[in-house]
Amino acid sequence: MKNKLNRLLIAGALTFSAQAVVAEEVVNVLNWSDYIDEQVNDDFTAATGIKVVYDVFDSNEVLEAKLLAGGSGYDVVVPSSSFLARQIQAGVFQKLDKSKLSNIGNMWSDIEEQVAQFGPLNDYSVNYMWGTTGIGYNEGMINERMENAPTSSLAMVFDPDVVSKFADCGVHLLNAPTEIIPAALAYLGEDPRSTDKDVIAKAEAVLTKVRPHIQKFHSSQYIDALANGDICLVVGWSGDIFMAQYAAWDAENGVEIVYSIPEEGALMWFDQLAVPKDAPNTANAHKYINWIMDPEQIATATNYVWYANGNLASQPLLEEDLLNDPAVYPTPEVMAGLYISPTYDAKSQRVITRTWTKVTTGQ
Amino acid sequence: MISNSRKTQSLLKSIFNGRRAVIAIPYLWLLMFFMLPFIFVLKISLAEPIMAIPPYTALFEWGNSLLPSIRASLESYLFLFSDSLYIKAYLSSLKIAIISTILTLIIGYSIAYSVAKAPSRWRGILLMLVILPFWTSFLIRVYAWIGILKTEGLLNLALISIGIIDKPLIIMNTDLAVYIGIVYSYLPFMILPLYANLEKMDMSLLEAAADLGCRPFKTFWTVTIPLSLPGILAGCFLVFIPVMGEFVIPDLLGGSETLMIGKVLWTEFFYNRDWPVASAVAIILLALLVVPIMLYQKSQEKAIS
Repeated sequence: MKNKLNRLLIAGALTFSAQAVVAEEVVNVLNWSDYIDEQVNDDFTAATGIKVVYDVFDSNEVLEAKLLAGGSGYDVVVPSSSFLARQIQAGVFQKLDKSKLSNIGNMWSDIEEQVAQFGPLNDYSVNYMWGTTGIGYNEGMINERMENAPTSSLAMVFDPDVVSKFADCGVHLLNAPTEIIPAALAYLGEDPRSTDKDVIAKAEAVLTKVRPHIQKFHSSQYIDALANGDICLVVGWSGDIFMAQYAAWDAENGVEIVYSIPEEGALMWFDQLAVPKDAPNTANAHKYINWIMDPEQIATATNYVWYANGNLASQPLLEEDLLNDPAVYPTPEVMAGLYISPTYDAKSQRVITRTWTKVTTGQ
Repeated sequence: MISNSRKTQSLLKSIFNGRRAVIAIPYLWLLMFFMLPFIFVLKISLAEPIMAIPPYTALFEWGNSLLPSIRASLESYLFLFSDSLYIKAYLSSLKIAIISTILTLIIGYSIAYSVAKAPSRWRGILLMLVILPFWTSFLIRVYAWIGILKTEGLLNLALISIGIIDKPLIIMNTDLAVYIGIVYSYLPFMILPLYANLEKMDMSLLEAAADLGCRPFKTFWTVTIPLSLPGILAGCFLVFIPVMGEFVIPDLLGGSETLMIGKVLWTEFFYNRDWPVASAVAIILLALLVVPIMLYQKSQEKAIS
């Protein structure tokens, strides 16, 4: 991606300059890769004089390991809702001081209600962005191989008769058992939120059957691969697929990427801004979160990364075709069919992971 | 060989001649960067996982009494034997490590040999070329292989354009790609000890063999190879040991079915958040690696005596 290197360099430059001036006010932010317009951070520094030391990560698991080791040194981190719920129980986070968050009224109550299903998340965090886990595909390559492909159904990847037709052009699935196993259950009409061993075994059967047609399980390579035409079908995160769509359009390589939310329902996830208990700069963390909740700032970020945000007041400031794109901001009917991911305890997590290893390695 | 063992003997003598301060440095180093981390990992492997900071139970609990109560559990180790996955992963890593060590040895030996036999004014430059890749980050070099090996990559484009194949080869995301990545990355570790050994080799021994009527090929097998055995062993260990625990190369180049212990460890640590089991996996890996190192030590001792 053209921007990736740029952003990496900027992040590196920020780190260095922050180290050079020790006495300076800083806020240490750890966010997902490719998830913000750098302008938002630069403007924050210009407005407050607080330097943003911005690091990135690309998996909830890696973030969780950092947080559980303790003393991560970050002031603001952005875990996804199901992980955050568990981390709150482990005592990782502090409650937000709402009196310091003057922009809290801009938030979207619909999203707050969804988030509340995971536990007391709204006391500890505010929504940054949210999205769905759905199907991304290369329109030309799919049409070439199958007429009237069921592109709005999970049958695209979970029906062996369908997915086998696309094996030669490359199919990727997220390497995220907690996202793909619920999707396989949704395809079967089972409860996608089940943590029951016997129900999960049904998902294993589906995945094992389509396994020979899957080229790779990976959570970030598909952005480039889809944009370059190296693969033609993926189950991935909405905004990442839009990013591939944009990259292909930008490269003018004739690749047309489409994202669809499957009719069987899709996983809906929420990335939340939260402050660890041992954050070195709690006050700055609150200032930063408040800045992100400013409609103009979050709109800048959303217009850049194409993920929906949980800020109602920002919607008039969004690009029109983004706000009206039901793949980004689903219609209420589609929204009703979405489900949230279960929070697995240690035992069911082991079942999920073991099932995943069995599917991916055949062992 | 004689001069070699004498050298070692005098070296041993000088060590035990009151120069304890000098040898204290490597021991201190080992204590700090091997023993202490090892003890930490061992301690975690005996604990039980919980959801907290840190995510495992404390081994010692300081109550009112002077001595702490110890809460150790071997459950994590027992767990590793309850599921064949872990044994299969160790064996699969072993297989990949052995095959790639052999491949690296064959390629590395021929390179080291030709560098050692090159005119002396070239040697410096040739050696420099071997080391040059280290100037670029390891990660970036492995990433570069994705661009070369993928279906629409440089290799396939080149082979198709010169008409050797008409359908792209599927190399990326297979075990073959893992072998290519490992052999490429670890080749300098094989070449350098081999070169150091071959360069010092006494050419008059080869001449003597030729004078006595030995053919070049036989001379190579009966003179050059046995003389370079210490270099071969050193190179093989430098490659074999890190490849056993390799994670980055199989993750980037390998397919999802590539099973290696490094990946299993990652899964235990990050997905299952089970630090004790992850630590137990690491401890057993270490135990497995110590065996060949001990054997090597023994063979060295034999060579000395």
